Amino acid sequence: MMNRIKQKLQEDNPPAGRAGKLLSIYFTAGYPQLNDTVQIIQDLEKSGVDFIEVGLPFSDPLADGPTIQESSTAALKNGMHTELLFEQLKDIRKTVSIPLILMGYFNPVLQYGVEKFCQKCQEIGIDGLILPDLPLDVYQEEYESTFKKHGLINIFLITPQTSEERIKAIDEASEGFIYMVSSASTTGAKEGFGEEQAAYFNRIASMNLNNPQIVGFGISSAQTFQQATEKTKGAIIGSAFIKHLTENGVAGINNFINQIR
Amino acid sequence: MTYHADEKGYYGEFGGAFIPEMLYPNCEELRQNYLRIMAEPSFQEEFHQLLKDYVGRPTPLYFAKRLSEKYNTKIYLKREDLCHTGAHKVNNTIGQILMAKKLGKHRIIAETGAGQHGVATATVCALMGIECVVYMGEIDIARQAPNVARMKMLGAEVRPAKSGSRTLKDATNEAIRDWINNPVDTHYIIGSVVGPHPYPDMVARFQSVISEEIKAQLLEKEGRENPDYVVACVGGGSNAAGAYYHFLDTPEVGIIAVEAAGKGIHSGESAATSVLGKVGIIHGSKTLLMQTQDGQITEPYSISAGLDYPGVGPLHAHLYTSGRGEFISITDDDAMIAGLGLCQLEGIIPAIESSHALAIFEYRKFNPDDVVVVNLSGRGDKDLQNYIDYFKL
Ligand SMILES: Cc1ncc(COP(=O)(O)O)c(C=O)c1O
Repeated sequence: MMNRIKQKLQEDNPPAGRAGKLLSIYFTAGYPQLNDTVQIIQDLEKSGVDFIEVGLPFSDPLADGPTIQESSTAALKNGMHTELLFEQLKDIRKTVSIPLILMGYFNPVLQYGVEKFCQKCQEIGIDGLILPDLPLDVYQEEYESTFKKHGLINIFLITPQTSEERIKAIDEASEGFIYMVSSASTTGAKEGFGEEQAAYFNRIASMNLNNPQIVGFGISSAQTFQQATEKTKGAIIGSAFIKHLTENGVAGINNFINQIR
Repeated sequence: MTYHADEKGYYGEFGGAFIPEMLYPNCEELRQNYLRIMAEPSFQEEFHQLLKDYVGRPTPLYFAKRLSEKYNTKIYLKREDLCHTGAHKVNNTIGQILMAKKLGKHRIIAETGAGQHGVATATVCALMGIECVVYMGEIDIARQAPNVARMKMLGAEVRPAKSGSRTLKDATNEAIRDWINNPVDTHYIIGSVVGPHPYPDMVARFQSVISEEIKAQLLEKEGRENPDYVVACVGGGSNAAGAYYHFLDTPEVGIIAVEAAGKGIHSGESAATSVLGKVGIIHGSKTLLMQTQDGQITEPYSISAGLDYPGVGPLHAHLYTSGRGEFISITDDDAMIAGLGLCQLEGIIPAIESSHALAIFEYRKFNPDDVVVVNLSGRGDKDLQNYIDYFKL
């Protein structure tokens, strides 16, 4: 079976009105309630989201702003841990077919055992991983073969400061999409896009990379979604969705998604 | 065989740069330039001039006669407590502020636990007229009021770290987040031999002046450059790295690292990372750290705020696992008693961090003609309230 991320990216018949722009949603597993994970995934799929990034909470999320930090702290307090997340997800493929990506920091994966972690992901039907603090060179030297063996796509980040040379190397190493961080910031730190981002989006678009780009950080509304996807394949919403969960729990996920696109 | 960092910043299996892409350009800029800049004659000249005239180096290597008599061995104290600002931390901040200037940075950030590194950073920023923001855990701000006041007097802004456990590791997270959000004009002055490559190696090089001086001073006093042992306390491990540096690849010199056992290694309130830690990633470095089975970083404990860090620098993780270093853990109680002992025998009030290193003589026996150099990393002024409370003075 083809990897669901690749399949989604290659769909050439996007539903009408979407102009082929993809929406990915991030949430922290175990938040707001410990056992909300499956319900949130199912509701996100029903609302027509294209990818889901399930966050594995970490005690020291150093690339995240306050919103995701707080959701991680709360999730850990609720009792979330790696094995439990796998347990919650074990039958997830009986009810959803949406591409699922696990996102987290490298240390919990290292403690679980990278091989064992990848194998579990494969058993469950996880399609990809985003581990921001697993650097490109270490991935290539030590883990690439393991990820591939278990059918997992590793998704890399680029930022406005990433050099052209490095972007090309990352493009070369990627096989799904490139996670394009919209501005030099932690998650949820900045809202909206200015000329700087427009220039950055244009610059990357003109590089004609092999992999499509999906923009993350700073997207919270229909307007920012539209701006972010003008030159790219899609966008990711994290902090704004977490805020929605904080205020509403698992109710009304559909409403949140509908107001984005 | 060398115990120094390789080109990619690895000490054996430890080290490296496990950083999100957002930090890559900053770390890469530093990595590509630090050795070149440090080798420039103008850099060396200014660095050594400031160490001499501003910090007060060389610090004495003092033969502690009464202490030596008590333990029947030859104990020398390397007097880092006599450095300006009261600890070895300033050797590193002088080096890094000059590095920041060479890199054209206009803004400095730092993390601090007890406040010693924060004060040393605020000091050099005042000296150079550069904006300074120091992150400090909300809990530490409350328990280290005098150092918070010092930083403010020196013109630094002290920002409370309100996330996680609100102590040193969270202050470090906040500093890293600040750096992510300010990738162009800001330099992060990390306070120990921790963090992503090239920090552990760069900080060790700036602190290496300690062992450079020990060699020259010992030659004068003992007619030989190499002691039998060098002893230092390890929080992140910067004073220790500096004291060991020029002896790392000299196997005749024994290396003794002293960690904080807190209320006892297995009491649940300890910072003895070598014993309690497992291999993992903290603050961008692969090293030994205290963590749950699930890989969540746990909160350490020590009476000494400077040793209260859940990891150790990758150099020390390597010294431990390779067997090159001998690691000893000392409890709060033993450290406090050793600190008071030094006051009474030698008229020196040590920082509680340094007191941990002094406490080993109760447990570790040396031969009468062994030359043992203890790095006295700081003075005890900052710890007075702790000493008062502990001994009901
Ligand atoms: C006097 C003193 N010694 C030791 C330390 C521990 O740091 P390191 O292990 O980096 O030398 C500190 C840290 O604040 C300190 O103030």
